[in-house]
Amino acid sequence: MTAVTPNAGSAGARARRAPRRVRSGYAFVGSYVVLLLAFGIVPTVYAVYFAFTDTGARFVGLSNFATAARDFRYLPAIEHVALYLVFWLVSLVVFVVGLSLLLHRLAARGVNRALRFLYYLPGALAGAASVMVWLFLLDPAVSPAAFLLHALGYQTFGEVIAPGHLPVLFAMIAFWTGAGGWIVVMYGALNNISTDILEAARIDGAGAWQTARRIQIPLLRKWIVYMAILAFAGGTQLFVEPQLLSQASVGVAGRDYSLNQLSYDFAFQNNDVNTAAAISVELLLVGLIVAALFVARSGFFDAD
Amino acid sequence: MKLRINAAVAASPPRPRRGRAALLTAGAVLSLVAAAACGNGSTSTGGSAEKDGFKQAAQSEGALTVWVDSTRLAAAQLYQKQNPGVKMDIVTYDGDSNGSNYLQTKVSLFNRTGSGWPDVVFSSQNNETSWAVQSGFTAPLNKGLIPQGTLDGWATGANAPCTVDGTLYCLRNDLSQTVLWYDATLMKQWGYQVPATWEQYQALGEKVATEHPGYLMGAAGDTFTPEIYLWASKCGANQITGPKAVTVNTTSADCTRMASLLDTLIKNKTMSTSSVFSSDFDKNEAGKVLMMPGPSWYGGALFQGTFKTAKGRIAVAPMPQWSADSAPSVGNVGGGTWLLSAHSAHLKAATAFLTWVTTSDDYQGKVAPGYPAVTAAAKTWLANQASSGYYANDITAPLTAAAGQVWSGWGYGQFSQEAVWAATVTPGMTAGKSIVSMLPAWQTAIANYAQADGYKVTQ
Repeated sequence: MTAVTPNAGSAGARARRAPRRVRSGYAFVGSYVVLLLAFGIVPTVYAVYFAFTDTGARFVGLSNFATAARDFRYLPAIEHVALYLVFWLVSLVVFVVGLSLLLHRLAARGVNRALRFLYYLPGALAGAASVMVWLFLLDPAVSPAAFLLHALGYQTFGEVIAPGHLPVLFAMIAFWTGAGGWIVVMYGALNNISTDILEAARIDGAGAWQTARRIQIPLLRKWIVYMAILAFAGGTQLFVEPQLLSQASVGVAGRDYSLNQLSYDFAFQNNDVNTAAAISVELLLVGLIVAALFVARSGFFDAD
Repeated sequence: MKLRINAAVAASPPRPRRGRAALLTAGAVLSLVAAAACGNGSTSTGGSAEKDGFKQAAQSEGALTVWVDSTRLAAAQLYQKQNPGVKMDIVTYDGDSNGSNYLQTKVSLFNRTGSGWPDVVFSSQNNETSWAVQSGFTAPLNKGLIPQGTLDGWATGANAPCTVDGTLYCLRNDLSQTVLWYDATLMKQWGYQVPATWEQYQALGEKVATEHPGYLMGAAGDTFTPEIYLWASKCGANQITGPKAVTVNTTSADCTRMASLLDTLIKNKTMSTSSVFSSDFDKNEAGKVLMMPGPSWYGGALFQGTFKTAKGRIAVAPMPQWSADSAPSVGNVGGGTWLLSAHSAHLKAATAFLTWVTTSDDYQGKVAPGYPAVTAAAKTWLANQASSGYYANDITAPLTAAAGQVWSGWGYGQFSQEAVWAATVTPGMTAGKSIVSMLPAWQTAIANYAQADGYKVTQ
């Protein structure tokens, strides 16, 4: 609400100060910067400080990183997260783009609004709550979709959450909870494509498929890159899904599954905050490097 | 929304220099955060004194903060009812069950911030001292806080998990010695003898598989499965030999004999691979339990509470033994502990509650679901159980005998044996692998987790 307070009292005052729109812009950015500093930058600096020191606050170089890399849970966790990312990113890009194109084609019809609402609905649940919903869905004893699980040959919760199934399950949960928002964003981006271009394509004889492939998807490219960067960073930080699953399955599946969980275990089970910080710094670096690559290769910041 | 914003704009007075004010605020927030970050948890030491074997915090009035799991909530509430003058703040948490480490996580955060510790905590795990002593959370209890006369009331060895180098750091709530629970009605109806040896147990399992398929001899799908079967079989998976030393050997004959027994019964489907607390077991198998080796709390918590087995059916027999073994041995599943915070500012009230909750007949003897660790309360508890008429036989003799037969070769380390088993063996069991084939992998996993916690591992 701070955004609305800067306002000009009279026309004379307005002339002397910056225009209202610019000043409310500062207020928006300002409050964001405060939050970014308090919950983004400061903790990051704190983590970097921890990552290069020991419990006695002495500088130890890369020794915490070495400790993390030597741990028996480290490589499996990287494998798990990498595999999960493949499933999650591919499904996210393919289905989000596909569904938003579909949504856009249905624009004229009444179902569009209902569908947009439906896509967005799961995202309205808080992260942990939606994972809980899935834990029920995946247990054949209580699931409303039990017939489907039985048809696939799974009789018990233990069979459903077999180690080999986890990357797909986590990707499904993440897609269900997170994709709706992106579909709405992509739909908005599609609406920004000038109707003239689409009209011209139609006159030239382009069908739905060609329009999507030659016009809409290339024009969506920046949005897709933006989504991929954020989804990648979010995906490497996989935590809630395996952590809750591990509690629901009393430790059978999902314990020490992701790097973030390993970091958590280091901090709170092995009482080693420094190694925990080293892992989180690694995650940050990976996220930054991948984002930089994507931005550089896609011309994300090029002016149109 | 738009309308409201416009209205706000129209109504609000002009506020110059907003940008600078925001910057100043940001700066203030930053310096606050930085100050908190650099504080290094320097707790106020004002007024602290060395007494009862530890440095005590300045004592003050105020609510006694008690953390309990949902089962022990009744204990705290009963105390509050009997002592309305004591101000209590009762908090329920998961009780650290299944190795959740909630308490350790929170204490490590409280240690960092220098405040927030509960005064008294119940934990369903009995290995909490392995980290809580080191992190300075638990207060020594036998150095003045609780008189030795009171402490002598505990069953022999009951407080072993709480003792570090001769100092007592927690109090055992209940004993969880394993016995053989069975359905007396079905056994009589089918003309079966209660097995006294594991050999007879396996033979009966093979008989049940052909004569009454679908009925169960036990369950092996829980995180505490190794504590019921392999502990009782004297399998040396968890021999804690020092404060930070463990010997692990899961492939000895003592381990393989029990593992192959389990494999045989899992194969003929008389041994369930589901957790007894899973929705799956409750729905499909709870009504098909012929017998089930398990801890003393199975009677109240599982048969009476969860399965709602009818009155007069469930009976208790001693745990089967290997015919080659001379001395009987049983396993143990948990048996919670109570910890008192060394940071408590209400030590008097905390000690009073701790003493009451562990020793009183009113709670331990009459309300508690598990077999009390204090001998006098256990007598009342057993008499109460007998008079309730729920059980088909007298449970006193087998439970009392088993209390002294828990094999002492299985220790209480910092790493959770339950968590290691759950992650390593259970998924393989679900996928159809034999337990015998997974024993080496189990050993490796135990060694890995022990090493991660700084243990010296001998294999």
